[in-house]
Amino acid sequence: MSDLTVNPANATVADAPKRKNRFRAVFARDRKAQFGLIVLGLFTLGAILAPFLSPYDPNEMTLNMMSGPSGENVLGTDDLGRDLFSRILWGTQISLFVGVATVGLALVLGVLLGVLAGYYGGWIDMIIMRYIDLQWAFPNFIIAVYLVAVFGTGLLNVIVAIALAFLDDFARIARSMVLTLKEEQFIDAARVQGYSDLRIMLRHILPNAMAPVIVQATVSVSYAILAEASLSFLGLGVNPVTPTWGLILSDGRSFISRAWWLGVFPGLAIMLVVLSINFIGDALRDALDVRETDV
Amino acid sequence: MSALLRIEDLSVHFPIRKGLLQRQVAEVRAVEQVTLSLNRGEAFGLVGESGCGKTTLARTVLRLVDPTSGEIWFDGKNVSGLKGKSLAPYRKQVAAIFQDPFSSLNPRMTAGKILSEVLYVHRYEGSIPGRVAELLSLCGLAPRFADLYPHEMSGGQRQRVGIARALALDPELIVCDEAVSALDVSIQAQIINLLEELRAKFGLTYLFIGHDLSVVRHLCDRLAVMYLGRIVETGTSEELFSSPRHPYTKALIDAVPAPDPDDDNTNKHGALAGEIPSPLNPPPGCVFHTRCPVAMDHCKSTVPPLSQLGGHHAAACFAVEPSQDAQR
Repeated sequence: MSDLTVNPANATVADAPKRKNRFRAVFARDRKAQFGLIVLGLFTLGAILAPFLSPYDPNEMTLNMMSGPSGENVLGTDDLGRDLFSRILWGTQISLFVGVATVGLALVLGVLLGVLAGYYGGWIDMIIMRYIDLQWAFPNFIIAVYLVAVFGTGLLNVIVAIALAFLDDFARIARSMVLTLKEEQFIDAARVQGYSDLRIMLRHILPNAMAPVIVQATVSVSYAILAEASLSFLGLGVNPVTPTWGLILSDGRSFISRAWWLGVFPGLAIMLVVLSINFIGDALRDALDVRETDV
Repeated sequence: MSALLRIEDLSVHFPIRKGLLQRQVAEVRAVEQVTLSLNRGEAFGLVGESGCGKTTLARTVLRLVDPTSGEIWFDGKNVSGLKGKSLAPYRKQVAAIFQDPFSSLNPRMTAGKILSEVLYVHRYEGSIPGRVAELLSLCGLAPRFADLYPHEMSGGQRQRVGIARALALDPELIVCDEAVSALDVSIQAQIINLLEELRAKFGLTYLFIGHDLSVVRHLCDRLAVMYLGRIVETGTSEELFSSPRHPYTKALIDAVPAPDPDDDNTNKHGALAGEIPSPLNPPPGCVFHTRCPVAMDHCKSTVPPLSQLGGHHAAACFAVEPSQDAQR
């Protein structure tokens, strides 16, 4: 591309480089993202196929208690003689679902509040942000505990509670992005052209504000999975017989010195999923940023 | 010639609020009692140093900022009070070209999308892709630019897209806020030529904001010089440059770097001493008296009115005698 063309009528650029599919390009290059995709894919597959893959009923109790990993029980058994592999496999369903659903909900609500506050400013900003500040003053987890205490336990309530507890991060990030973008001249241009506020927010502000929000989302998925685990640990999560990673971990905690596998394997599962999601998030951010040219 | 845009006694003040109750503690007087009128088809320049309120004035005309008092008349209609939907016809007739071609285009939209969105929103009748290609070629861009993102273009090319966007709805008035100051000198010339071409072709009216006097002089028929929110002198480009009357205009023109620095005639009046005062606390009387080489006592207490000097020429200064022109 050259500015040296003197006659504007002849102004030319070298033919636009064929834009590759950015997502494919980024993921083809990024080893960590590939690792993330594969691991998360395996876990997702495992979650879906849990009924067929698990060797035992996850809630079937046997007399073969607290036995270590063996040919019979790949990851060992817990204090009630339940097969740990089967329980972790079934737990994947709930953990992944809770993680994705809560963050999805938190993202939509948080970004909505943040964009409204940042775009309109004034008393709308005042009301929304004072509420967010209030929420910011308490640890997210305490809020989730409080909300579950109010709504009652159960999968849906846990999801809503964690989502509400996490939305302040999204609101803050979205608002700060909007405040930056509002100073850009293309927003002035959009207003001069008579675009509606809704169009400006959806078409001009949101697409430019999403990159940091998505990164935050991948971080939040990890925290949400941990929050569900913690709520279950406290008995505020899902029904105690349901196998979730948090419950398995909390049950195994008391036996950690005698049966290391009860802590290590569910912990490893959580870590792998969280790590994969973070890797994928980094790659997504690169792919979403059209300005980063060198893909 | 009839006035297309008339600004009457326009003031724009920004309140500064502090504390829990958001009480107003002070105000920035960005634009103070400005009266201007632009004839249909002319290029009107507004010059002044950074912070003098010229951009605020432009943003007020574009209705991005609400006037504190005063009126804006466009094509015989008062548009200063319009809001929301009632502003739509005005939005269609008035367009803007912005200073920074890197920030004035949405980075996530191709040039084609940027142009077709304007047409789509205002329900353009006819082929939108056809019109996009037409706009691009009017601004000297090949059709394939429609598929390029802003980051894939150079500054000059982006500015052309910005101009194409301003032209999309066949506006009558285009407000150019420092439209060329962010560009390289060689590109500036191209863009200025393009702006002149387009004005001749479509009979456009420009309100051209700038601080580069040579650019403004070249492009504009009439000028107004702003200082601290007020207009201190106005006249045709010819009048202002050949016989500036207000001491501030004289200083501004002298400040233009001369091609030959050894030429004694280029710096007759000397550089202005001191800084521009804060618009938070403008000096009483004539706002220029703190830096004025010819300030008199009553300049410190009375605001000089814009007095006519014959022709289009007018200056707001007590030291300027209206009769001086006649004597010459």
